[in-house]
Amino acid sequence: MFDDLRDLYQEVILDHGRKPRNFRRLENATHHARGDNPLCGDKMDLWLAFNEDGSIADAAFQGRGCAISMASASLMTETVRGKTPAQAKAMGAGFRELAMTGHCPACDAALEEDMERLTPLSGVHEFPSRVKCATLAWHTLNNALDDPGGKEASSE
Amino acid sequence: MMDGLSPAPFDIAAIRADFPILASEYRGKKLVFLDSGASAQKPRQVIQAMVTCMESAYANVHRGAYHLSEQATADYEAARAAVARFINAPSEADIIFTANSTMAMNLVAHSFGRGVLKPGQAVIASEMEHHANLVPWQMLRDAHGTELRICRITDAGELDLGHLAELLADGRVGLVAITHMSNVLGSVTPAAQIARMAHDAGAKVLFDGSQAAVHRRVDVQAIDADFYAFTGHKLYGPTGIGVLYAKADIQRAMPPFLGGGDMIASVGLHHSIWAEPPAKFEAGTPAIIEAIGLHAAIRYVEAIGMAAIEAHERALVDHAMAVLPGIEGLRILGAAQDRGGVFAFALDNAHSHDLSTLLDRAGIAVRAGRHCAEPLHERLGAESGTCRASFGLYTTAAEIDYLAEALVSARRFFA
Repeated sequence: MFDDLRDLYQEVILDHGRKPRNFRRLENATHHARGDNPLCGDKMDLWLAFNEDGSIADAAFQGRGCAISMASASLMTETVRGKTPAQAKAMGAGFRELAMTGHCPACDAALEEDMERLTPLSGVHEFPSRVKCATLAWHTLNNALDDPGGKEASSE
Repeated sequence: MMDGLSPAPFDIAAIRADFPILASEYRGKKLVFLDSGASAQKPRQVIQAMVTCMESAYANVHRGAYHLSEQATADYEAARAAVARFINAPSEADIIFTANSTMAMNLVAHSFGRGVLKPGQAVIASEMEHHANLVPWQMLRDAHGTELRICRITDAGELDLGHLAELLADGRVGLVAITHMSNVLGSVTPAAQIARMAHDAGAKVLFDGSQAAVHRRVDVQAIDADFYAFTGHKLYGPTGIGVLYAKADIQRAMPPFLGGGDMIASVGLHHSIWAEPPAKFEAGTPAIIEAIGLHAAIRYVEAIGMAAIEAHERALVDHAMAVLPGIEGLRILGAAQDRGGVFAFALDNAHSHDLSTLLDRAGIAVRAGRHCAEPLHERLGAESGTCRASFGLYTTAAEIDYLAEALVSARRFFA
């Protein structure tokens, strides 16, 4: 009945949605933010720890949400590791473009390989009400980087 | 039957033909509209009445001394009279037009809450209120010093009347504000009994009838409601028009809500004299076209007969209760004895948003999330939200079967 939805729910998304990676509290985190989508009740806590050179050493999250939002957060925690805050933000901007339009012409060539890992989520651009599910994690990441103390991000 | 007549033959095919949108398709799938509890679709009779008003009988009301304005005024006031008959209000003067139910509740919170209730008095709402019948009482508490008491529900999703009695016992309650039918659980509350309990304790009672008025014959005198609120757009009418029934003596005791034109008898630069109710509560140019649309909607449901609509929907609820609980992994919220055609449900392996995306692809429109009832979802352990199927008079048993089939496929999809 739903075979044409396999573009949106690709196997990698179902897999990360069922078994999100880095789904834990990060005890040595220096940065934390909470994300919230009041429409559907999605909530997430994101923690970041940094290397001495300023790059992201570890990213982890906990929360509840749909398969898209869990998979997006899971993939994000894997792809931002080793990135500087500026690179992570650039990826976030690229990802939001990807989620809204299905393409990211402005994506930096240096990030191409990492962005590739996120493309399974590009299918959400055909589902306007679901774009926020995919972008919540990246909004939360921005907040954690800007305000380590833990401001609440909203997908609104 | 409650109106003493046998129900008119319920010709579902003819009814569906009155709703142009039901013939639409998306991606080759026929629309199965199961979100009437959020807002119902409109029959062509309503659409045509509004077009006719704009094409041939439109002007501002209560102002002009020319024939078009007089015609529009007569039509607008005829809508008020139709609403009064629809809920058996003693007089059309007891009917205040608002923008929607939310505005009706806010009007009561403002005019009755601040103008009549005293700080220290309490308002009772319940755990299963729509935010529209909860947030105004929180705001009133913060602004006016009233207390907010929350009546529990049982695990079956029915109002806990024993707890209500406890909350009323100290005699400090000024208002009981309770839904007449839950927008999530479909539970119908025993309105007459609640009103009796409130009155015995010296409190007034307000019912949020947003859902109930669509599915049942409402008689505000039989239940002895002091306030009764409902909205046009869930009753197959347009958006932008709602109704607040308020007893005449209470209206007189209440100060106005919004100030402006139409709500005054005379205006000086420094002081004004209020108009008599209900005009006192209808400042500014009202929703004229929408009131006429609401009148057409009431004519429409009354031509079918509220008793026939109720019987049709009871049969749909029975059918849904026979079909849905058998689906593996499906949880249905609430198990009230008296329930209307509203079902909130969750699949064990699919989030409500993922599920509604799948159902949408099958052509089925359901609501996903927490349906403006966040505390209720917390209470029932469904923080992640649910999907909600809600029926209208055009819903068929075949559509419920199709929903069941789609839910089985959806569970397999996420397995």
